[in-house]
Amino acid sequence: MSVATKTDKIQRLAELAATKETSTGDSLWREAFRRLKRSKMAIVGAVVIALFILLAIVGPYIAPYSPTAQTWRGEVFPNRGEFVGMRPENWFGLDHLGRDLFSRFLVGARQTLLVGVVATLIGLTIGFLVGGLAGAFATLGGERGKRVDSVIMRFIDIMLAMPSLLLAVSIAAVMGQSLTTVMIAVGVVQIPVFARLLRGSMLVQGSSDYVLAAQSLGVRKRRIVVSQIIPNSLSPVIVQATLSLATAIIEAAALSYLGLGNPDPAIPEWGVMLTQAQRFFDSGAPMMAVYPAVGIIITALGFTLLGEAMREALDPKLRG
Amino acid sequence: MLRLVVRRLLQLIPTLLGLSVLLFLWLDRLPGGPASAILGEKATEAEVARINRALGLDQPVYVQYWRFLKRIFELDLGTSTQTGQPVWDEFTQRFPATVELSLLAILLAVVVGVPLGYFAARKRGGWLDVSAVSGSLVGICIPVFFLALILKQIFAVNLGLFPTYGRQETGINATDVTGFAVLDGILTGELDAAANALHHLILPSVALATIPLAVIVRMTRASVLEVQDEDYVRTAEAKGLKRSVVRSRHVMRNALLPVITAVGLLTGSLLSGAVLTESVFSFGGIGSFIRQAIDGRDYPVLVGFIMFIALIYVLINLLVDLAYSLIDPRVRVH
Amino acid sequence: MSLLSVDELTVTFGGVGRKESRAVDGVSFEVDQGQVVGLVGESGCGKSVTSLALMGLLPHKGVKVGGRAEFDGTDLFTMSPSARRDLRGSQMAMIFQDPLSSLNPVVPVGVQVTEILERHRGMKGEAARKEAAHLLDRVGIPDPTRRLKEFPHQLSGGMRQRALIAMAVACAPSLLIADEPTTALDVTIQAQILELLKELVDQEGTALLMITHDLGVVAGLCDQVNVLYAGKVVESAGRRELFAHPTHPYAHGLLGSIPRLDSPRGEALKPIRGSINDRIAWADGCAFAPRCDRYEMGCLTGTPPLTEPRAAGHEVRCVHPVLDDAKAEEVPA
Repeated sequence: MSVATKTDKIQRLAELAATKETSTGDSLWREAFRRLKRSKMAIVGAVVIALFILLAIVGPYIAPYSPTAQTWRGEVFPNRGEFVGMRPENWFGLDHLGRDLFSRFLVGARQTLLVGVVATLIGLTIGFLVGGLAGAFATLGGERGKRVDSVIMRFIDIMLAMPSLLLAVSIAAVMGQSLTTVMIAVGVVQIPVFARLLRGSMLVQGSSDYVLAAQSLGVRKRRIVVSQIIPNSLSPVIVQATLSLATAIIEAAALSYLGLGNPDPAIPEWGVMLTQAQRFFDSGAPMMAVYPAVGIIITALGFTLLGEAMREALDPKLRG
Repeated sequence: MLRLVVRRLLQLIPTLLGLSVLLFLWLDRLPGGPASAILGEKATEAEVARINRALGLDQPVYVQYWRFLKRIFELDLGTSTQTGQPVWDEFTQRFPATVELSLLAILLAVVVGVPLGYFAARKRGGWLDVSAVSGSLVGICIPVFFLALILKQIFAVNLGLFPTYGRQETGINATDVTGFAVLDGILTGELDAAANALHHLILPSVALATIPLAVIVRMTRASVLEVQDEDYVRTAEAKGLKRSVVRSRHVMRNALLPVITAVGLLTGSLLSGAVLTESVFSFGGIGSFIRQAIDGRDYPVLVGFIMFIALIYVLINLLVDLAYSLIDPRVRVH
Repeated sequence: MSLLSVDELTVTFGGVGRKESRAVDGVSFEVDQGQVVGLVGESGCGKSVTSLALMGLLPHKGVKVGGRAEFDGTDLFTMSPSARRDLRGSQMAMIFQDPLSSLNPVVPVGVQVTEILERHRGMKGEAARKEAAHLLDRVGIPDPTRRLKEFPHQLSGGMRQRALIAMAVACAPSLLIADEPTTALDVTIQAQILELLKELVDQEGTALLMITHDLGVVAGLCDQVNVLYAGKVVESAGRRELFAHPTHPYAHGLLGSIPRLDSPRGEALKPIRGSINDRIAWADGCAFAPRCDRYEMGCLTGTPPLTEPRAAGHEVRCVHPVLDDAKAEEVPA
């Protein structure tokens, strides 16, 4: 067989092989991201979130009036059920104190985002530490580690046994009423959720073959946890963080409704606005409640959609 | 089985003890301390000093904690600063209303949610599936109290189909036996009273049911989708069994297992939602009372309530675990 | 006339927005009454999909099944779904690979046996339970009445597979399809299960379609063997003929890659290089070409036809078949 035909042969084979689908061997994350880009849910969620963040950034600058100025006080009489609805100079109408609702809505976006993000960060950070610790002890700590783990988890159980809203209420009761309180209260409620999730995920990873392999190769335990187990356990935590942003915004609104929201009138927040407005819901100004409520719902929906889409993208079993 | 119950009950003890420690510390940390917690914020210095002595606050912390614990065991949760009544009495009086509301809500959620999730999964990608999934996503994003407000405005105020507040028409004057208004009506044969109480329950329970409903729909759907692809369902099909048998015995019996756990957890968390829903409808249960307690900084009521709710929550969890071990033979053996 | 006759069976996966892939690409074979036929190949060659297509157990969405499959004179693919349901479990039954996941974990073993008796043999209550116990006894499960009340996780792996076999033979089917029935079991149990299958088939005159990657199973059990590669039959012959003269380079390689006690000392095993993913479309040529030592340009001119280069009834799909056993030993550089 001559050299020429042999190269010919191989080349022809390579051509034919190239036409068929080859497995690319992408990482889990890149693969998930590709699926995410194709998901309608993810796109809608991302667009909503992007708009919300944009609103939170520019809102206070483009607000036509001060959110606290009672410029049109003389035109609104809540007692008689006389309100001012949409009109050219006040797009969303006025609230019960004669303040411009549109301006309050715009400024409120930033506060709402801030509460959601900070609260989630608090829950995520502490939950991550607690859950990661428990998970590390449980997977590689041997018998004694399992005991440490079970003590930590008992503590988490206690937190879970309190209804989330009541937990938040009790925190708010100790700390007094302020925006910080709301953030901490809502954040603390999320701690057990993150802790359990990370620990559970780590337990699954910890019993997998690659960890066993690393252990038998003599890799140090701390290194296995930090560079193997935790990175591979992250995806459900990231999904939960996205979903938690939605929960945090809704919970913050519920706290406001219970009278534990931010009392500072200079800082309008959608939850507080909704709470103030509900008094007038059946007496002349239902729209006053609808604006912040719709703001909350759509924002929460954006985070929920993105979170759910991420969950689906990361879990190939859920795909259609 | 009995051993499992006993073991699980014993496991509750550390949880509840831990909770009591937290609550004790919390009470101690309250602005003004327990004295003002009991007296309210407007107490004078002399009153505070007197209460502190009376409560033994000059004694070491562990003695104080021990007394706190003893009081809880004696069901002595203190006196409501608002009504002047013992907290325990206030609870037992209002609890049936909340139980009625929560049970109806979870019943609604299960009765609607499980079939909806099931049919959504069977016709995956169909209109029912798409609307059930998107509906449940929207459902968890609506603040409960806002939904309650909207429902009240549309169905009670505008359409007049339902009463706007309360548990029962005051004029009805129903006999009180158990405190459960609907049950009382049936027991005493006062069916109009039962019907009236049920009528009052519908809107609040629909509002309260939204989140559990959304969760159950999605859970059932995901679970059915997963079970459908299991090998044993294929085996059942390979045996040529009737579709109905494959679906009920092989798909649903497995798919409902995680849903049962979820229902238990949701029932526990329903009490949070009840605080919001009840206060919108001025429904005379624990929820509305807590709302007032928060407004009035009625700390004895709050502490008692948290302890009370936590106990119920862990008991429900226990029941769920036990139910699970009855249904899932794999758990039973251990 | 043969019991089962499969003609140009194709199964294509793929739905909206996804690339189509053909798992089974024109498979033809026959199973006679009481015959044991093997379908052999590596994982991914389409053998399991073939069996699921014959049983009608492939998902409805995103799967296209083409070709013909006649069972007892009727076309399986044009049959009404309910008629097929009547056929499944009674006339044709199937045993699966993983006995644990193939049994419903929350239903007692007894119910899983009696339900098929209720469905196809109209038995009820005590009579069905008695028959179920009898079936378990027949497949070699000791203390069957007690086992009926137990759940799958309480049984050992071998016993689970026995229980599944009991369900499959409950209605004395004329065709039994076994998809890798021993793969998930311990080696000692594997032999027992194969022995049991052989015994049942011999006693009842049941035809058996054995799906396996294990040539040892084929050697011990099958009358006729079909070797599958990339969704097509590449060699089909009687067991003795195939083992004596493997003629397709793939079949030849398969036999060369298993250790034998009677091979000369020091002789190396010859693995087939690459994996089934290294293949080209059948339309372009022989799918095995990228892994084949005998590959020539001639292999790339369309699908090679089935020929009988060696003996009548010994079909081979290859342009350069291994006709001289000695020559096959020398590997071209």
